[in-house]
Amino acid sequence: MGLKDKLTQLRDEGMAEIRNSKDLQKINEVRVKMLGKKGPITSVLRGMKELSAEERPVVGKFANKVRDELTTAIEDRRAELEQAELDAQLAEEKLDVTLPGTPVAQGQSHVIQQIIDQVVDLFVSMGYEVAVGDEVEQEVYNFEKLNLPKDHPARDMQDTFYVTPTVLMRTQTSPMQARMLEKHDFSQGPLKMISPGKVYRRDTDDATHSHQFNQIEGMVVGKHITMADLKGTLEVVAQSLFGDKLQVRLRPSYFPFTEPSVEADITCFNCMGKGCAICKHTGWIEVLGAGMVHPNVLKMSGVDPEEYGGFAFGLGPDRFAMLKYGVDDIRNFYQNDVRFLNQFDEKG
Amino acid sequence: MKVSYQWLKEYLDIDVEPRELAEKIARTSVDINDVYSLSDGLKKIVVGDVKRCKPHPDSDHLHVCQVDVGEDEPIQIVCGAPNVAAGEKVIVALHGARIGDNVKIKRGKIRGQQSNGMLCALQELGFSDKIAPKDYDDGIYLLPDDAKPGDSVFPYLGMDDTIIDTDVTPNRGDMLSIYGNVNDIAAFYGLKPHFQELSVKENSDENASDLVEAVVNDETIAPTYKLRVIKDVKIAESPLWLQIKLWNSGIRPVNNVVDVTNYILLKYGQPLHSYDYDQLPGHRFSVRHAKKDEPFVTLDGDEHKLIENDIVVTTDDQPVALAGTMGGQGTAVSDETKTVALEAAIFNPIMVRKQARRLDLHSESSMRFERGINPATVETALDEAAELISELAGGKVTKGIVTASEKPAEDKQITLSLAKINHVLGTELSMDKVEDIFNRLAFPVETAGDDQITVTVPPRRWDIFVAADLYEEIARIYGYDNLPATLPVMTRNHGGLTPRQKFIRATRHDMEGMGLTQAISYSLTTVEKAKQFQIDPVDEPMKLDFPMSSDHVATRMNIISGLLLDVAYNVARNVDNVALYEEGRVFLPKGGERPEEQEHLAAAVTGQMLANSWHKDDQPVDFFRLKGIVERYLHNLGIAGKISYVADDSRSEMHPGRTANIMIDDQLVGFIGQVHPTTAKEYKIPETYVFELNLEALLAADKVANEYHPISKYPAITRDIALLVNTDVTNDDVMAIINKRGGAYLKKVHLFDVYSGLHLPKGKKSLAYTLTYQDDNDTLTEDQVNKAFEKVTNALEDDLSAEIR
Repeated sequence: MGLKDKLTQLRDEGMAEIRNSKDLQKINEVRVKMLGKKGPITSVLRGMKELSAEERPVVGKFANKVRDELTTAIEDRRAELEQAELDAQLAEEKLDVTLPGTPVAQGQSHVIQQIIDQVVDLFVSMGYEVAVGDEVEQEVYNFEKLNLPKDHPARDMQDTFYVTPTVLMRTQTSPMQARMLEKHDFSQGPLKMISPGKVYRRDTDDATHSHQFNQIEGMVVGKHITMADLKGTLEVVAQSLFGDKLQVRLRPSYFPFTEPSVEADITCFNCMGKGCAICKHTGWIEVLGAGMVHPNVLKMSGVDPEEYGGFAFGLGPDRFAMLKYGVDDIRNFYQNDVRFLNQFDEKG
Repeated sequence: MKVSYQWLKEYLDIDVEPRELAEKIARTSVDINDVYSLSDGLKKIVVGDVKRCKPHPDSDHLHVCQVDVGEDEPIQIVCGAPNVAAGEKVIVALHGARIGDNVKIKRGKIRGQQSNGMLCALQELGFSDKIAPKDYDDGIYLLPDDAKPGDSVFPYLGMDDTIIDTDVTPNRGDMLSIYGNVNDIAAFYGLKPHFQELSVKENSDENASDLVEAVVNDETIAPTYKLRVIKDVKIAESPLWLQIKLWNSGIRPVNNVVDVTNYILLKYGQPLHSYDYDQLPGHRFSVRHAKKDEPFVTLDGDEHKLIENDIVVTTDDQPVALAGTMGGQGTAVSDETKTVALEAAIFNPIMVRKQARRLDLHSESSMRFERGINPATVETALDEAAELISELAGGKVTKGIVTASEKPAEDKQITLSLAKINHVLGTELSMDKVEDIFNRLAFPVETAGDDQITVTVPPRRWDIFVAADLYEEIARIYGYDNLPATLPVMTRNHGGLTPRQKFIRATRHDMEGMGLTQAISYSLTTVEKAKQFQIDPVDEPMKLDFPMSSDHVATRMNIISGLLLDVAYNVARNVDNVALYEEGRVFLPKGGERPEEQEHLAAAVTGQMLANSWHKDDQPVDFFRLKGIVERYLHNLGIAGKISYVADDSRSEMHPGRTANIMIDDQLVGFIGQVHPTTAKEYKIPETYVFELNLEALLAADKVANEYHPISKYPAITRDIALLVNTDVTNDDVMAIINKRGGAYLKKVHLFDVYSGLHLPKGKKSLAYTLTYQDDNDTLTEDQVNKAFEKVTNALEDDLSAEIR
């Protein structure tokens, strides 16, 4: 048998052995056996010196071809086996992906805080500054400077927790109006502010009354501020908080610190104006009070009402939250039942 | 005010539907509570004529009636009312009728007798006792004789009228009358009202001034005070048209004199009071402040002890009425009254309000006095009332009005600038348009040039004082719907959150990111709770002068106590895992007029912070879990000073061995620890961990800015060390020595194990640390690290008697 035949035989036997290798260890053994220094191909090549000068390159070339074929076959088989082994391992590692994930600790903000932040962000984006005032106020800022002199009937509407005859728990966030008017440098442009915070009324707590709740007061005073600006601003607020398809309706109202005064209603978002229990079948929901700052308020804070004017508005985050989510008892906001708080966990 | 649509139509040619009118009123004038008819929800209720009425054979009070209801044959109805009788016209609810309270009427048998319907009282049609006439309290209502059997009863009873219930703001007292409503509605529809006033015929020979005298010494109490006297009245039931007007307005008909005064009150907004002349203690009327503790019995039979701020009408100095609020029992008009003294006045609004409020005697009268009275119609109202009493009760009106005081009815003139109007409203109204608006309001105007407009405001609009009030009139009559909607022009001052506001917001986000949910608790609490858990205790909290409930009497000086109430609320409802934080004010009295308001942050956690999981062990919260949150938060703030946790056993509400003061250098900024088991028991809460931080101090603390440090290219080498030390040696003690002796290459020290227990000698514990060494500029050699490490181990052995294991 010539060398060439021997090589062919070796190749065929090797190929068969490679095919029959069932694991990585076996294929490794085959590689060492076939291609190793003591392997049959090496010994065949060693016998080349017996060949004629013409035969030598032909057989040499063939021998290399056989070795390459075997090497490739071994590598392919190894890759196949590795893949099979990995597949087996992955099959082994299969999870029930429907099992719940590991909980992480994540808290969230209070629903009223969410409303306050939304309103604050909206106004900040419109160039307003945020002025946060004291919760224990001087009577003069809570009432007198807002055109609510002693014995004014509107004071009856706001039963007050007094501490001394001149100090009280603020009944509204409006005192910041007067404080900001006094402080603002109008040579730097108009005053645009909102003031969120807690307020207090001497009320018995029940489903619709709370001795503590929140208000957001807003005011813009400058040389060219109009009631049309108020209307536009209120539309932006109502639509950004409740949806841009809703209409805004202004109605005459009365607040001692504004004149004209209006109340702003929006289309009932529940029935879209058709009339339902939420809007008491009117199709409208009252969301905030507003008006043009009363000249007396400007005057008392040292601002000339002939030169300057503006608007103010107030809204109640508690009421907003009750409307928006259909919360039927205001006490929910202050009892902090975790099952209640956790319902408002949308982060968007 | 409950405004009758039909009454309005008597004076206004208005053709819009009541609901549309109500919507217009809401948009232009005052808010609307409700629009309804007394007949809403009722059906098959007709006039019946009782043809025969016999006693029921098996009952001592029932009657069996044959009632003509407009059909071919009378129907039989069994009725228990004592006043049912043949010949009476009655209200019949037929078979299939729906009456008040949504009750359905069906034919049936009553004690064996067929009954094909029901004869009704007004209450059964849904009238409340507050408006149903007293005369029919014990039986069914009887209709007038001319009622036609089979007709719907609604038109006879005015129940087909629509009532527009308005919610009048405090400034619009003029809208508490039909007169005011007519004027306002006429303005926004551009109508001409044909309001009718009755003039009085003084048909008695006597002079009122011979019968009564009236003096008002202090005109601030009663700026206007007038009397008329009507003699020879015959008290009786009022005619139905009058009763209907009253009950549709929510007022109960009583008798022909009282009803007239209420009718005038509704029509003009002028409250009147009628006295039984013969029952008065004297006939010299006066109005004065009450005397301290002066007793007075009001006509509802209640006895009141008056105070000096109250105001009373007296005759011969004996109180006969709480002025503007309620009359007295002994002098009220009764069935026996023959002569009536009729009072029309304007009383001081503030005094009436305070009196009505103090005595809880709010009435249709007091409400109107509080909001103001039109001085121009006091006499008109008094005259019309006298005339009506004369007509309806057959009285003789004596000559003249006795006047004690009289507030002049004056017009006000306000000059406006057209430019300013448009500037304030953001409109482009023409002079003609503005004039037209004032013409509609029937405010005379005079213009000068092309900008100036002088408006004459009549006394019926006493709410208008300044230009801004007229801007409102223009805006609302022009229509808020027609106002353009713009935004304030952008200006060069920009808004935004202040650093303080950003800091507070970031604080909240940190807490939420670390698993705490925001709570908002009450700031007002008990004195005891206000004083607990203070960071730096102040003796006494600020207290309310006149609290509403014993749970809320003082302002809090800590936030934790409120959070513990929240924890208790949850735990009581089987919510065992609670992790709450709150950011808000505490109020610390420091001698000023107002307390110092400090922003604080606090948290309370109990149970587990992570929900139970199928592949993780329960992890009940403990001191270190909460401390981790505080550490991370303080780290995020980048505080420059040294933060330390110093064991503290002095806080009585806190566990003495599990509480630390939180310090920045030498400044106390808060504390953390476990609530003392005794306190926890008082709050009815399980093991709970809390912290409270003074955000003012954190805000004021120096901060370090973020800085870039190149990351060393050279490898780090670590050494572990475990040491056995006495249990009173703290981690801080060990760390201090390691850091002091660690050498220049020591980059990090990490505590990875703490052990004390069975395998160690008593009084000992084991601490294990990993020390990381690195040189920023070169590769460290083993030898360098070994030398540095040896210094540390030696120091630990020497200074802490540590045994290196």
